[in-house]
Amino acid sequence: MRILVNEEPREIATATLAGLLDELGYGDARVATAVDGAFVPASRRASWTLDEGARIEILAPMQGG
Amino acid sequence: MLFYGTELSSRLMLGTAQYPSPEILADSVRAAQAGVVTVSLRRESVGSRAGQAFWSLIRDLGVPVLPNTAGCHTVKEAVTTAHMAREVFETDWIKLEVIGESDTLQPDMFALVEAARILSEDGFNVFPYMTEDLVGAERLLRAGCRVLMPWGAPIGSGKGLNNVFGLRALRAHFPDVPLVVDAGIGLPSHAAQAMELGYDAVLINTAVAQAGDPARMAAAFRLAVEAGLIARTADPMEQRDMAAPSTPVLGQAVLA
Repeated sequence: MRILVNEEPREIATATLAGLLDELGYGDARVATAVDGAFVPASRRASWTLDEGARIEILAPMQGG
Repeated sequence: MLFYGTELSSRLMLGTAQYPSPEILADSVRAAQAGVVTVSLRRESVGSRAGQAFWSLIRDLGVPVLPNTAGCHTVKEAVTTAHMAREVFETDWIKLEVIGESDTLQPDMFALVEAARILSEDGFNVFPYMTEDLVGAERLLRAGCRVLMPWGAPIGSGKGLNNVFGLRALRAHFPDVPLVVDAGIGLPSHAAQAMELGYDAVLINTAVAQAGDPARMAAAFRLAVEAGLIARTADPMEQRDMAAPSTPVLGQAVLA
């Protein structure tokens, strides 16, 4: 299935958001996720099914003003 | 002064962006004795652990964090970013930025009020980055905000307090609302001026991070904020247009 992760096209084997994070090697990293512009809490990642062409944002803590 | 029920250890809030290195950032936070540090969320390339290392550094400093929604231009972007920040940073506090104009990074007050209402209803404690607009302030308070953060000048400009009259009017209209000057402060004297006007805190980033010696500048800001706060509580004298001799006139010799 082809999806976009932080605007980069990717071919993935998994069907869930939790599976995607595993596949990409995020492991236990502290990140927040959104799919198609909507926030998906960590507690719902395992049951969140991804569709072809889904736009996923994975955000991490960063310096800010 | 309580910010959403929390007494801060100092009235200096410090941004964490644009420092020459993580070590200098940590030294600056310590030298500032910052009561709060602001943080953000950004994409991280797969395999990079920069965000995790940054979070570990911030956590070790032991200072409360205030996540921002920097870069958001719409209500939807800001609200979604706030939700993501709440989960990552484990806090209901959010510095709400909804930018309306890209040259000045001026807040979009209309979108800001709407985003503040949505987030307040959802249990967030909103710190809105706003202009010094009195009516906008009233709307933000009605939307559920219990802290207001007017700009001093455009973000990163270092120009200080552009509209002292407006900031003074805001203070006078809302004597019991915690007010923070956020953005535009370039020098410790600007921070002291904000505190002398009766502001409860200042938020500084670029003025410290881009100084030649950030940690030293952070220390200067700490002293300035403290000086301004003490001066305010000492009830400053009134200004006058003409001179008034300070040395007694009575008893002066006639030597002419």
